[in-house]
Amino acid sequence: MPEINEDRERNDGFFVKLLSGARERIDGFRSLPREDKARRVREFLLNNAMYIIIITAVIIIAIIEPRFISWASIINIISLTAAKLPIALGIGGAIVLTGTDISAGRAVGLTACIGASLLQMTGYSAKMFPNLSTMPVFIVLLAVMAVGAVIGLINGFFVAKFKLHPFIVTLSTQLIIYGAILLYLQIGNNGGQTLSGLDSSYLDFVSGPLFRVAGIAVPRYVLFSVIITAIMWVIWNKTTFGKNMFAVGANEEAANVSGVNVFKTIVLVFVLAGIMYGITGFIEGARIGSIASYTGQNYESDAIAACVIGGVSFVGGTGKISGIVIGVLLLQIIFVGLNFLSVDQNMLYIIKGAIILLACAVDMRKYLVKR
Amino acid sequence: MTGICKSFPGVKALDMAELTLMPGSVHALMGENGAGKSTLMKCLFGVYRRDDGSVLLSGREVEFKSSREALEAGVAMVHQELNQALKLSVADNIWLGRYPKISRYFPLVDEKKMQGMTRELLSGLGIRISPTAKMSTLSVSERQMVEIAKAVSYGARVIVFDEPTSSLSEGEAQKLFGIIGKLKADGCGIIYISHKMAEIMRICDTVTVMRDGRHIATAPSSELTTDKIISLMVGRELGSRFPERKNKPGEVLFEARGLSGVNPRLKDATLTLREGEILGIAGLDGSGRTELLEGIFGLTELSGGEMYLSGEKIRNRNPREAISRGFALLTEERRRTGIFGILDIRENSTVSSLGKFTSFLFLRDSKRSEATRENIHAMKIKTPSERAKISTLSGGNQQKVILGRWLLTDPKVLLLDEPTRGVDVGAKYEIYTLIGKLAEAGRGIIVVSSEMPELLGICDRIAVMSGGRIAGEVDPGRTTQEEIMTLAAKYI
Repeated sequence: MPEINEDRERNDGFFVKLLSGARERIDGFRSLPREDKARRVREFLLNNAMYIIIITAVIIIAIIEPRFISWASIINIISLTAAKLPIALGIGGAIVLTGTDISAGRAVGLTACIGASLLQMTGYSAKMFPNLSTMPVFIVLLAVMAVGAVIGLINGFFVAKFKLHPFIVTLSTQLIIYGAILLYLQIGNNGGQTLSGLDSSYLDFVSGPLFRVAGIAVPRYVLFSVIITAIMWVIWNKTTFGKNMFAVGANEEAANVSGVNVFKTIVLVFVLAGIMYGITGFIEGARIGSIASYTGQNYESDAIAACVIGGVSFVGGTGKISGIVIGVLLLQIIFVGLNFLSVDQNMLYIIKGAIILLACAVDMRKYLVKR
Repeated sequence: MTGICKSFPGVKALDMAELTLMPGSVHALMGENGAGKSTLMKCLFGVYRRDDGSVLLSGREVEFKSSREALEAGVAMVHQELNQALKLSVADNIWLGRYPKISRYFPLVDEKKMQGMTRELLSGLGIRISPTAKMSTLSVSERQMVEIAKAVSYGARVIVFDEPTSSLSEGEAQKLFGIIGKLKADGCGIIYISHKMAEIMRICDTVTVMRDGRHIATAPSSELTTDKIISLMVGRELGSRFPERKNKPGEVLFEARGLSGVNPRLKDATLTLREGEILGIAGLDGSGRTELLEGIFGLTELSGGEMYLSGEKIRNRNPREAISRGFALLTEERRRTGIFGILDIRENSTVSSLGKFTSFLFLRDSKRSEATRENIHAMKIKTPSERAKISTLSGGNQQKVILGRWLLTDPKVLLLDEPTRGVDVGAKYEIYTLIGKLAEAGRGIIVVSSEMPELLGICDRIAVMSGGRIAGEVDPGRTTQEEIMTLAAKYI
């Protein structure tokens, strides 16, 4: 994962400044009275609780199970991160608007189904569309992005036009999309079965080796994810739309007075999110290799957790792409690590829930009014 | 309350303020906006923590951490803007948080007992409201009475009234004074905050005047006159509070004819604005001043009327259209509709002019920083850098940032709604200077303000609004407050 440079004012003297800044802060800390010192330490620990817990966890897991930090494991973590990144980047926008999107997982499921059904091998016995010749992979990618965009458009329209809370809107669309998935899987020869027998052109395009490290292949979708992250960073930080998104998230009424097209901004945020779900669905299809009605289920909870851990706050108007990347990465490290410790799969849900709750609570502390 | 001090970043809001309230008396707390009256009260109720000083209640030192704690100790406040659960009933609002229970072992709300207690309470105060009435069906005056009844139900010994008559009719105010008289007879101490001299002279026993966060004088109202109070409040020559103006009104720039809003508060308002002119709009709260500005700016929908900009007929359907035509609106409620509290000064400054900083689809951050720094310098905004969060600035500096936001859009017509509300005295002068400079540069400026001296001090012309219409125009050089007040009451 290349580092995303968030600091626009970086120059030659940056590290020098950083060092002298750190020294000043340490000196400043030393001169504090003892009570304040204790308070500062407590504040620091609380504000960075998530990172501290996760880093501690990694160290403990690595000691118990050294294979956790082998190349195979590291590449596995990076691949998983890359696969889950686009959906988190999409949801991140909705959270910046103080909203959320719980239809994301199902949207991934639907786009995965559609993508897979269009890219099954010719001659595969249970092919959904037996008369369909092999379609160009790229066209299918555009098609699932379009499907995602339509889902986002519906979500965004209802949120922006009727001032409904995104939770209610996406709760509804989530059900609708799930119904659509079940109906779609009934089409043609498929008869409600799991979609498999995917064409090699699709599998190669998505999960073919990009390059090898210590003999272990890094899949191509890692590159996709890097490109998407870069594009999203530019959209968030370097476009009028991105700035408007933060303005609407920070204060919708002030944004309207300031001449921001609030309606358009909200709709676009959800459309962009939908496109991200389409891309995730496309990657997941090839990565998993067989698509069922439950594909994508609960993906939104991981994505929301990643955003919150990465500092995209439900308070609205704050968040960074780099934070989301770190959030997804940390979450995958935890999951893989717990697998290494042979923690019960069912237990993972409990841990996930606890992480979301803790991350939100820690985040909220920063915004509580202090007097 | 003695020796109360409270500082905010950059401002010393209270400096050794004091107030002594006797039981069974009505004590007026007076001062200009920003004199520290509300800050003092907020320190009493624990909204702010005082830096220094002490509060004694019946001789015992107290420090409330919340208004809830204060209420339980018998110190209550009836706010200017009532904060009630509108969807619940009168009785619910009074007993919220301490509903009478059927019994200790059967902790369900005893509705019957609650209704009875409410009825008793209300009739004791001579208030005729049904305990089961929904709050939202009551008038402002009735809701205020419920708030008073609630205070009484807590056995309040000190009740603070913050501009209680600002939205009451004459008859309603009379009723309120009757209730206040009753409370006084029962031995309650009452702190009465108001700007209305006539009321003060009528119902108050003692007057305390504050200025710039300091205690200026306390005297029995029988020894004071209106003029004496005003001179204590102002404490300096009026002229020096406003910069000299050099702007020269020119051609007619903007005209509104018969504007009516979908909101019934605005009906049939007509005005003209010249280039380089500062037009003041006076009027009471609710006279449609804010609605007029919002209507012009396209923020609220108009139902009738015409607008002309430089002779050309226009229609602003939304703020974006208005901005593209060169309008700018500084809103009344800065926190709610002005600032993006969580964002930094640069984002706050450039949000309306992002197009200017875009090249090849992408924003140029260096240019945005540069423009923001220029604004900070030109308007003397006190901040460590353009990347500081706007919420860390004082009210005056926030206001300057928002003015700066609009300057970046190069507006022709500036609509300023209460531009100096919640701004300290020093920053006020700077904002007046800025307004003068903008007019000098040929821009047309409409200023809505509730502070009469401000309008008289900075405007070329004052239009007085009443009942959604322009009731008349006056020349600030020759008019009197009485003339303006008469016009303001014309269509009520």
